Amino acid sequence: MPRPIDRTSVAGKEFPATDHLQLVVLGAGPAGVAAAVEAARLGLRVMLVDEHPVASALMGIDVPWMFGERMTASVQNQPRMLERIVAARPELEQAFEVGVDVRLGVYVWAAFVTGPTSRALPCRMLALADETQSWLIGFDRLVVAAGARDLAVAFPGWDRPGVMGAQGFAAAIGLYGAFAGRRVVVLGAGVTGLRCVQQAREAGIEVAAVVDVAAAAHEEFATHGVTVHSGCAVRGVEGGAEVEGISIVPVGGGAAVTIACDTIVSALDTVPNVEMFDLLGCAMAFRPEWGGHVPVTDADGRCSVDGIYAAGDCAGIGDAEPRDPALAASSGREAARAAARDAGFAAPAPARTIRTHGGDREARRRHWLQVHAGPAAALTICRCEDVTLRDLLGVRPPRYLSYDDAKFAGRDVRTLAGDGPVNQDQVKRLTRAGMGPCQGRRCREQVQTLLAMQGNQPSGSVPMPSYRAPLRPLPLSVLSAHDESAALRANWTGWFGIAPQWLPHWEKVPENPEYWGGRIFLDAAK
Amino acid sequence: MSGHVVVIGGGVTGLSTAWWLRREGVAVTLVERGIVGWEASGRNGGGATHAYSPLFREEQRLWPMMDELLGYPTEYQPQRIRIALDPAQLEQYWRVTNLAVQQGFRAEALDAHALKELVPWVPDSVAGGLLWHFGGHANPQRTVQAYAWAIEDLGGTILQHTAVTGFDLRGDKVVAVQTDQGPLGCDAVVIAAGPHTAQLAAMVGVTVPIAPARAEMIVTEPLPLIRHGGADGNGLYGRQTLRGNLAYGGGPHEWLELPDARTPKAVNSPVVRSLARRLHELFPKVAHARVIRSWAGVVENTPDGRPILDRLDAPANLVIATMSSVGFGLSPASGRAIMQLVTQGRCDFADLSQLTLSRFAGLPTDWQARNGWVPWSPDGAEGERGPARADAAGPLSASGQAQAHS
Ligand SMILES: Cc1cc2nc3c(=O)[nH]c(=O)nc-3n(C[C@H](O)[C@H](O)[C@H](O)COP(=O)(O)OP(=O)(O)OC[C@H]3O[C@@H](n4cnc5c(N)ncnc54)[C@H](O)[C@@H]3O)c2cc1C
Repeated sequence: MPRPIDRTSVAGKEFPATDHLQLVVLGAGPAGVAAAVEAARLGLRVMLVDEHPVASALMGIDVPWMFGERMTASVQNQPRMLERIVAARPELEQAFEVGVDVRLGVYVWAAFVTGPTSRALPCRMLALADETQSWLIGFDRLVVAAGARDLAVAFPGWDRPGVMGAQGFAAAIGLYGAFAGRRVVVLGAGVTGLRCVQQAREAGIEVAAVVDVAAAAHEEFATHGVTVHSGCAVRGVEGGAEVEGISIVPVGGGAAVTIACDTIVSALDTVPNVEMFDLLGCAMAFRPEWGGHVPVTDADGRCSVDGIYAAGDCAGIGDAEPRDPALAASSGREAARAAARDAGFAAPAPARTIRTHGGDREARRRHWLQVHAGPAAALTICRCEDVTLRDLLGVRPPRYLSYDDAKFAGRDVRTLAGDGPVNQDQVKRLTRAGMGPCQGRRCREQVQTLLAMQGNQPSGSVPMPSYRAPLRPLPLSVLSAHDESAALRANWTGWFGIAPQWLPHWEKVPENPEYWGGRIFLDAAK
Repeated sequence: MSGHVVVIGGGVTGLSTAWWLRREGVAVTLVERGIVGWEASGRNGGGATHAYSPLFREEQRLWPMMDELLGYPTEYQPQRIRIALDPAQLEQYWRVTNLAVQQGFRAEALDAHALKELVPWVPDSVAGGLLWHFGGHANPQRTVQAYAWAIEDLGGTILQHTAVTGFDLRGDKVVAVQTDQGPLGCDAVVIAAGPHTAQLAAMVGVTVPIAPARAEMIVTEPLPLIRHGGADGNGLYGRQTLRGNLAYGGGPHEWLELPDARTPKAVNSPVVRSLARRLHELFPKVAHARVIRSWAGVVENTPDGRPILDRLDAPANLVIATMSSVGFGLSPASGRAIMQLVTQGRCDFADLSQLTLSRFAGLPTDWQARNGWVPWSPDGAEGERGPARADAAGPLSASGQAQAHS
């Protein structure tokens, strides 16, 4: 007897895929390109997907990096940007040569794998999209080489246009060649700041100064002849609609100094871009020495979910010296070899890359937030949802609601912690911090640190808030399933198909157990 | 009633029950395995329009007062608009409308023009709609916390991160609830553990038929506010939140099994694209609205889709409370009804005679399989399906095809 199927459920539904790949590589940075090239050479059918050039509208809300509205109008010309990116990443040439299916300007916005709550899935799938539509592909293995994200840390004026992140800055001058500034102040006198200074110098952009709350700066700044203001806090950003300068003041007190600039690069640190690992259900760990949350992997980059591999910065960012693309490339090659071997292809054993890290970077982030967030309760923490430090730590409802302030007098993050460890997702629900269109990119890490600081806890004690699909904010028209299966459409119900659920309560449910489930009713209704 | 009531489950059903008990001055401890409202109660559509339920009238009476009664905002908004893209949808929405009208509630038919005045995003070809002067919606995440804080304000106790592991019986009564943090003495117990109600009831020898399923939703960036946020249709339920986001769900669910006392993290599926499609069809004028999140939750379903709200004969001080997947909106009313079952053995404001557990006495043991309410996988396999392997699937093709990039 065939098993009865609930037709209003996902059982038996098809989700048309345009292709099925043995290996997909997410991210065409040095790690991703090396992974794709290596895997193709080893005989796998490989697709390499990268979102750049991204839509200028996304750049406008700091997705995927903090562009700070400092991109020239040229980014609106996507065909030209595509050429530019291919030129900026010469290693892509190799990928084309060895037959990798290269997709640029394509977002990977979700991954679907089978698990305890998704058994009905026909196969592992990735959801892709460009500017006009989305589609699905099947895949066996995935190397995630999604790189790093900007670390956003608050200071007075950080939410102004003209304040960008280290990754956004690097992309603006390198990948896109579309930086709209001339004179920058770099915040952060560590390796990330140092890299920004080097990049700026190479591109002929003036660096007015480097500022950090820490007393000590990376020694290499001296060789660049750039002024470093150590032990200084940001007092404010000067200017009207445009940034005209930054005002800084010694942490211990003293006279404020204003430095003229048109752009401020917030370069305290970067964080591994781990959204895809979380979506896939990979085990994660908080490793401050690697820059934050990272996937748990074996030495070859295998994640806890079968067939998922991590390569490059998204696996954890070393901070001991400016990042070396060769190191990332070798981690990409290793992941590709591991994937090839796991798929049954003859491949050399991965040669393990030794990565270095520079100790606890969380301490630097805390120091920064202590100095800037401490005294300034009105400081905005979540820009999309307009959540201030006071709102966040006081677990206040959003401004659009009226509420009884007296009721909240005795309620804050600490009292919430009295009922169990502070959970960032719970605070997010209450305050909306992290719930906006930038998808938490500009506040996730600092909220974690602030919550931990408030509870006198190590930052790792705050569970990582979940990442959700779509991993990029994409329009309804793009996400829309234009290719939806006829069976899915025909059996669509608003809420289950349990017929007697919708009978008025004064009507008794017929005493037929087959009817109870609603199947017979559905047949009769057709 | 004197004595101590233990409420198991910090979803809306348990929270509302504990709150109502405290309002009556009853000593109450609510036990929640994780954080309050973490499961279905914090992941639902927020709809509060259940015309077919015996608790409908009370649901409608209470919601407009809830912010004031609880002391914290729930984002409750009255009224609902149903939008029909074609005549078949319109007919379907009329059926539910008539149910409410029969009970004395008011509804208005909207022609395409009137509908566009209220919801400017609908397609020009819209068939029509209905404006309900009843029903409404609230923010589930704010509501669960409001219940929890209100319970604490009234002196009730909430034990989070505490899981119930068993019961001590003496005679026909439960005298203690065992938890992983130690025992809790009790004079009465309410099991309101959502999909896990069945497993807990089984510990005292009571069979409660519940099938768990996964359901999912999507949410967009904020848009300018329309007049009545509770505007839905085209096979979707949902609302524009007070912040302006569009939060909508519907479509195929997935039946699950719960192998142990935990609820597995519910994931999204490719169905999110179908939700986007229907929302795009419903509101083509905001096709540009960006989807910024999706989520899924695990819901509980009884065989006939109706709640089980029942004070048992044995154990005599036990109330079973599960809402069969429409429990958020009804929660102000369900908690009050459950409170009355605990304190006086019967509900005096609604007829719960259709909601007894005994109605399932003759249920065949394989009822879930008969309806296909069981996990399903394409190959019938039980376990996880990993990636294809060369040894299992034979040698894999090694053709690296060159394809033009788009
Ligand atoms: C996507 C989606 C959309 C929905 N839309 C709507 C809607 O628009 N309107 C509506 O009215 N309803 C809706 N629902 C249904 C509604 O959310 C549920 O019916 C309702 O939340 C059930 O509440 P509950 O308190 O009974 O159960 P739950 O919310 O499941 O709570 C049960 C609690 O018990 C706890 N628990 C379990 N076992 C133990 C144990 N051993 N010890 C201690 N604690 C335990 C769990 O941790 C959980 O917090 C929707 C549901 C979903 C998933």
